[in-house]
Amino acid sequence: MAALGAPLRTLRALLRELRRAAGGSYRDSPAYRHVLAAFRAHRVTSEKLCRAQQELHFQAATYLCLLRSVREHEALHREYHGRGERSPQEVAGLVGFRLPQQPGGKG
Amino acid sequence: AAGSDPVGPCGRRAYAPPAERKRFYQNVSISQGEGGFEINLDHRKLKTPQAKLFTVPSEALAIAVATEWDSQKDTIKFYTMHLTTLCNTALDNPTQRNKTQLIRAAVKFLETDTVCYRVEEPPALAELQRNEWDPVVAWVEKRYNVTIGSSTSILGPNIPASTKETFISHLASYNMWALQGIEFVITQLKSLILSMSLIDRHITVEKAVLLSRLEEEYQIRRWGNVEWAHDYDLCELRARTAAGTLFVHLCSESSTVKHKLLQD
Repeated sequence: MAALGAPLRTLRALLRELRRAAGGSYRDSPAYRHVLAAFRAHRVTSEKLCRAQQELHFQAATYLCLLRSVREHEALHREYHGRGERSPQEVAGLVGFRLPQQPGGKG
Repeated sequence: AAGSDPVGPCGRRAYAPPAERKRFYQNVSISQGEGGFEINLDHRKLKTPQAKLFTVPSEALAIAVATEWDSQKDTIKFYTMHLTTLCNTALDNPTQRNKTQLIRAAVKFLETDTVCYRVEEPPALAELQRNEWDPVVAWVEKRYNVTIGSSTSILGPNIPASTKETFISHLASYNMWALQGIEFVITQLKSLILSMSLIDRHITVEKAVLLSRLEEEYQIRRWGNVEWAHDYDLCELRARTAAGTLFVHLCSESSTVKHKLLQD
C-alpha cells in the first residue's frame, strides 16, 4: 500500500479543495457530504489494519490530487496562456511608440 | 479504420466538442434512473457528445462528475473535466474498440514501457533510473509472478510471451468501463508497469507521475524549472492520471456498481 500519511490530513485537505471548488454553499454539496459520510462510516484513523479503510484513504488522496492539480493547472493557464494577443496599441507601447492618429482612417 | 476521425462540415473532427462555452445552468443534481445515475443541469439531463443519455454505474462517480460541472464558473472549461470526459468515452466508445482490442492496446505498451527503457549516459541519470525504477519493476514482477527486465538497447526489452499472457488475463477481469480508464492511464504515463503499480495502490498518483517524468525531473534539476512549461505539463499529467485512477477504482467497486450497465 502506498505511503499516504495521516488520513485526517488527507481528509482536511480534500474538504478544503471541495470548498474552493464549490464557492458558497459547499457544505450542502453532494461531494462534501459524501466524503464526510464515507470517512465517518469507515472511521479512518491511524489504524493500518483495515483494508477498506486503506482503500478509502487512497481514493481520497487520489481525488485530492485531481482537484488540486486541476486548480493549479487552471491557475497556470490563466497566468501564462490565457491572455491572448496584445492589441496593436499595446505592441507599439512595448517599444515606446504610439500609433499615428489618421483622421480619415488608414489608407 | 472506417469511421474514425470523421471530419465535420466546418473541418473539425466530429467527436471534438468546443473548448469552452458559457455556463448555462444554475443547479447541478444527481438522480437515479434505470441504467444508473444521471446528471441534471437544472431540468435538463446531461447527454454525451453522441447524444446518449449520460448514465454512470457508480454514485460516487456521479457525485464527482456533478462536482466538475458545479465547479465551472462563467465558462465551462471542458478540458478540465477529466472524469466527465472519461465517462463520455466509456459511454460512446468513439474509437469503437471492444474489450479484447483495449486489452491488447494496453499490454502492447509493455514493449515500449518507459521504466524498461534505460539510458547509459549520463551516468547520473542511468543511476537515478536504476534507483527509482528497479524497485517498481521488481514489485510488479513479484506481484504478477512475471519476468520483465529492462534494456539499454534501442529495441527495448524482450518481453516473454508468458508475461504478456499474464497481463492479458489479469486485465480481462476488469469490466469495460474500468478498462477504458486503465488504457487511459497507461497512455498518459507511457508505462504499463507504472499504471499497474498505481492501480494496485502500491504508489500514489504523484509518485507515478514523478517516475513517468523521471528524465524531465533530472533535466529540471540540472538546468532549472520553467514554470509555464514544466509545471503546466506536470499539473495536467497529474490531473489526468488522478482522474483515470479514480475512474478505474470507482468503476471496479462491486458494492456500488450497477452490473447491468457494465456488461460488455
